Amino acid sequence: MMNDNVLLKVDNLVQYFPIRRGVLQHTVGYVHAVDGISFEVHKGETLGLVGESGCGKTTTGRSILQLYKPTSGNVYFDGVNLVDLKGEKIRVLRRRIQMIFQDPYASLNPRMTVEEIISEPLLIHKIIDSSKTRDRVKELLELVRLNPAYIDRYPHEFSGGQRQRIGVARALALNPDLIVCDEPISALDVSVQAQIVNLLEDLQKEMGLTYLFIAHDLSVVRHISNRVAVMYLGVIMELADRDELYKNPLHPYTTALLSAVPIPDPEIEEKRKRIILEGDVPSPVNPPSGCRFRTRCPIAKEICAQERPAWREVKKGHFVACHFA
Amino acid sequence: MKATPERNLNNHSENGLSTESKEKLNLLKADVIATRKVGRLERIIGKETYRILKGLVTTPTSIIGLVLIALFVIIALAAPIIAPPIPGTNPYSMPRDGYSAQPKPPMSEWKSGTPPIPFWYTALTGREEWVHLMGTSSNAYDIFYGVVWGTRTALKTGVIIEIATLIIGILVGSISAYYGGVVDNIIMRIVDIFMTLPFILAALILAAVLMPVLGRSTLPSVIALIVFGWMSYARLIRGDILAVKERDYVLAARVIGVRNSKILFKHIIPNAIFPTLVMASMDIGTYVLNFAALSFLGIGTEVGYSDWGQILSFARDWITQLGTYWYIVVYPGITLILFVLGWNLLGDAVRDVMDPRIRKMQEASSSSES
Repeated sequence: MMNDNVLLKVDNLVQYFPIRRGVLQHTVGYVHAVDGISFEVHKGETLGLVGESGCGKTTTGRSILQLYKPTSGNVYFDGVNLVDLKGEKIRVLRRRIQMIFQDPYASLNPRMTVEEIISEPLLIHKIIDSSKTRDRVKELLELVRLNPAYIDRYPHEFSGGQRQRIGVARALALNPDLIVCDEPISALDVSVQAQIVNLLEDLQKEMGLTYLFIAHDLSVVRHISNRVAVMYLGVIMELADRDELYKNPLHPYTTALLSAVPIPDPEIEEKRKRIILEGDVPSPVNPPSGCRFRTRCPIAKEICAQERPAWREVKKGHFVACHFA
Repeated sequence: MKATPERNLNNHSENGLSTESKEKLNLLKADVIATRKVGRLERIIGKETYRILKGLVTTPTSIIGLVLIALFVIIALAAPIIAPPIPGTNPYSMPRDGYSAQPKPPMSEWKSGTPPIPFWYTALTGREEWVHLMGTSSNAYDIFYGVVWGTRTALKTGVIIEIATLIIGILVGSISAYYGGVVDNIIMRIVDIFMTLPFILAALILAAVLMPVLGRSTLPSVIALIVFGWMSYARLIRGDILAVKERDYVLAARVIGVRNSKILFKHIIPNAIFPTLVMASMDIGTYVLNFAALSFLGIGTEVGYSDWGQILSFARDWITQLGTYWYIVVYPGITLILFVLGWNLLGDAVRDVMDPRIRKMQEASSSSES
């Protein structure tokens, strides 16, 4: 029986992409983008999902939204398994999960005005009368702190931060319960990043939203998240409450990541010892056996190559995948 | 969410402000409010189209191309006035002055079977007798009439072939890109096979085969050119659709829940179609040229039909004496050249107007990588 508080439950999600070669396009291998991850997102919280570029965070977000059909595993949204749904049923559920995209320049159709972009979800799901859409769009623009007078403009007439706000307005149009934020600020200027993050936080309070916040900037994730999951090469290594993770990281990868975050205090920075990982991230086409991190882990032993570490709840609410945690 | 009144900066109360402050306020407002005036036309047809049209009427090459095309359209429309046909006959069959095999030079008199004299000729020259303005070819066909009415033939066949190949190409390319997988593979291999065939040869053979079936008319050549002319559009639009399909805004439309067919027509095709249209705009000239080539080789229309290629074919008999009978080749030849030139210039201009924008769009969309 599902806990009432759990809005999204990802259960052993696997996403492999086939590599095809030759005239007949036969499959020669797979990109193991997501290799069995499980986590829950509770109502009203922000779950941060961090990791290096290429670790599979974006793929996770898209697989959850069924933009890619998962190779295996289940995604339960409010108790309903999204993987089984097709056609009309999933369209109805789409109203409750939305997405904010990373690239503000590519996520808006350049041939549509702001009004057309934001009103599209309203019209598709026939939420309001078509005569009232313009007013609703203006409301949404004000909600994301854009001047409603810009309603007839085209995306290329806006700055990156403004376009991202349009994307947020579009995501909010359907009044969703969960928003997957796929690196929404990575493409923006630092000052603009702060504005968007603050906007997202305010909206969460005002509208009771739940966020899955995918990012690679640890400082931002620390600011906005309630809980944080750390991902590496398609596998989640650690998941804990925000403060707990940043104070007591149990996984060697998390420790290394945290040591890489600069502290805005030059004296402390000078004295800090950084953990520098050796080697490169292995290719997801041929991931290391056993623990994915073992090729770069400072404490790796034989068992790490033989057995994949189990995803265990070591303390209350603190999960780790490591033999030595 | 309660509705808030539309923010209107002009509601700001200006009572009690000094003139200096009012000026400052106006300057500030001017900064904040939209600074570009958008005309009515632009609002109707959209910003993108407006920009393209504007570019087309301001680029010199484009203007020349447009003028040439306009000239030909006017000639085609005014054909009955410029070269009035004999009442009761098919205007497309070139009027014959007797049956002599000997071509007559330009400005030679019209002896028999004279069509009605056009009013502008009498007005310009004051003469009452019609002449062969461009001479006659062998078997006494009047070249002037052939050229004038041939404009109509050229435009008709060019436009028909253009539209048909575009529709077929876009359909095939869209289906291929939309379904992907095996369907895509099969269709593209068919396209490949078609493309390896030497174009003129294949069209020639098909037209020759169709002639006994369809009789002599414009149809055999038109059909042959359509059958072998759609492949480049299919390939082009398939590539563009595949590229656009991966863009974030298409993904966003799927997340919202837009149906696949609507995504294809509202998001993908409008963004993918422009390069294809650009290519198409240049091709009308080529189609007319190919049609003329087939006619020159004797395929297609009945003897005596107003068709530039056919007039040129009449010069075949006199190739050794083209010095004397230059007018059979020069008049239709120059007309053909100007026609193709006009369309090519227009196509070039369209491509130039489109290109920087396409490049900028591509740069912008790939600007952020993390």
